Amino acid sequence: MRHQNRIILSALFVVIGVLPFVFTSSYHISVMIFIGIHAMLAIGLCLLMGYAGQVSLGHAAFFGLGAYASGILTASYHVDPWLAMGLAAIFTGLVAFIIGKPLFRLKGNNLAMGTLGFGIIVYIMLVEMTDLTGGPSGLRGVPSLSIFGFTFDKDIKYFYLVWALALLFLILSLNIVNSRVGRALRSIHGSEIAAEMLGVDTNKYKIQILIVSAVYASVAGSLYAHYVTFLSPPPFGFKLSIEVLVMVVIGGLSSVYGAIFGAAATTLLSETLRGTVPKLLSGAGGEYEIVVFGVILMVVMIFMPTGLTSGTLNLVRRWRQEKALRVETREAEDGNAVTGVPRVPEGRTAIEDN
Amino acid sequence: MPADIAFERIYVELYQQVLQYLMTGVTVGSIYAIIALGFVVIYNVTGIINFAQGEFVMLGAMIMVSLYKNQVPMVAAFVIAVLLTTIIGAALERLAIRPAKGASIVTLIIITIGASITIRGLGLITWGPNTSSLPAFSGDAPLVIGTASIVPQTLWVLVTTAILLIALYLFFERTLLGKAMRACAINMSAARLMGISPSVMAMVSFALSASLGAVGGVVMAPTTLATYDMGTMLALKGFVAAIIGGMSSTPGAVAGGLLVGVLESMGAGLISSGYKDAIAFVVLFLVLFVRPNGIFGGRDTSKGGL
Repeated sequence: MRHQNRIILSALFVVIGVLPFVFTSSYHISVMIFIGIHAMLAIGLCLLMGYAGQVSLGHAAFFGLGAYASGILTASYHVDPWLAMGLAAIFTGLVAFIIGKPLFRLKGNNLAMGTLGFGIIVYIMLVEMTDLTGGPSGLRGVPSLSIFGFTFDKDIKYFYLVWALALLFLILSLNIVNSRVGRALRSIHGSEIAAEMLGVDTNKYKIQILIVSAVYASVAGSLYAHYVTFLSPPPFGFKLSIEVLVMVVIGGLSSVYGAIFGAAATTLLSETLRGTVPKLLSGAGGEYEIVVFGVILMVVMIFMPTGLTSGTLNLVRRWRQEKALRVETREAEDGNAVTGVPRVPEGRTAIEDN
Repeated sequence: MPADIAFERIYVELYQQVLQYLMTGVTVGSIYAIIALGFVVIYNVTGIINFAQGEFVMLGAMIMVSLYKNQVPMVAAFVIAVLLTTIIGAALERLAIRPAKGASIVTLIIITIGASITIRGLGLITWGPNTSSLPAFSGDAPLVIGTASIVPQTLWVLVTTAILLIALYLFFERTLLGKAMRACAINMSAARLMGISPSVMAMVSFALSASLGAVGGVVMAPTTLATYDMGTMLALKGFVAAIIGGMSSTPGAVAGGLLVGVLESMGAGLISSGYKDAIAFVVLFLVLFVRPNGIFGGRDTSKGGL
């Protein structure tokens, strides 16, 4: 397992390192930067939803809190951006801790609505607290990031910064998943009562993982703020929460790597739809793309509840098994025509499924 | 004493204002109550929270408005709007919930969210992003009761809520179908042994809930503007009402709806209108903090109590 991880990770490092040399236009690089930022959100939600089985429909709120905390501290109070990013992460983590306690009293259904409500409260506050956030007209003058006199002013530099952090979060998450905590989280997903019976403090783990994913989202938000240098509330609304959900459903319900794939797929799909939908439907705005997300959510969850990538992998595996079974059956029939009993032991597929 | 008179005037004005906010709150609260009832009906029978609940309200209102614009008489438009929405509700259960039989709660939540987004998006494609209005059922001349005035449509909303409540009560208490649904809510396996099909009951609960939402949407359409995205907020408020009411109790849902409506209207009028939509959620968090099973809920919210 460890070995396999190392190979996949190195491959990922190489691919991401090379990508800006393949797609050199500034548009492509900026899309890849957004994929990186979305990947951080998706990895966080993957831990929360894919592993611990807790739905969050307010993930955009943590992203917004991080972005605005960074933006306000640097633009209005001239705090050092890196310090601000840290403070924003601590603040967002604290918020997650405070709301986590009442939220996790709720199970499944209510939790989803609770997080949705939290997302809406944060959004309304971003719009209404005009003294602090600039309200609907936005917050200007968020500075670019720099370190030891090295400014991340070009997109390509920012690309490497974002992806370095995204990969750091990926490695951290892999470690969490493969540790005692990860096993505890999966046990909560399996059955909360059984987990409690085995001595897992389910509430503690759920709050911890909520804080982790909130901090990821906060850092993603800070990076977003320093990249676009202008903040207004709309990007932090319900639509983003849904997009992150789609990312996780596509890729990350059973794998952290999948979250990155889901982020890439969803962001690219979103960009493509934005370009093509208005051409197909005259007078159609960008809003229409959300129908496609809705259909994806429904179809994937109905037919592949473990997520699109792992669902497809399972299908392929099953198809291969059936093929192997057919071949062996035929061989058996050829060799032993009298009885025609296949030589394949009954339990075989069950064993391979696991 | 002039100071006393001035004080008294402020007091009276405040009293009148509060009365007005109370009226508005009860009206809006009735709508929330109807939506909350929709949540409760589906939840009791299937254990699912239907995130597309607000979309039923939107469909009711928007179908009504577009029929009315095409010169269909009010009553016919009302019946068609409710029927169509009911069919859509049943279809939703058949096409999206049924195929995912045995799925986990998380999966079902995401499916209904997907359904909600899809229906809303189709609404946008069909009706466009503009708001449309429906004239009040019986004129706009305000009725004056004491010191507060109300629009006749308010009465329509209140009376409709009352009728729906009575109808629901009779349905669950007196009809075979209603009793079968209650049986499913209380004990699914026992109901199945008695020859009740839980899968049919699940479909009926979606249909019933959709028609409730549609009726709510139609009567509220004249009081606000109808848009393709009106459902989201309404569903959330209705859900808060249902949670306050304990999620499985009908009277609780109504009380919760009225409470949310009144608090929201008071808060918007007396504190700040910008935060109006946040009030319901602050109430939600307070309730969850103090009584996770809702103010009117019993210990176990998972079954029974219809």
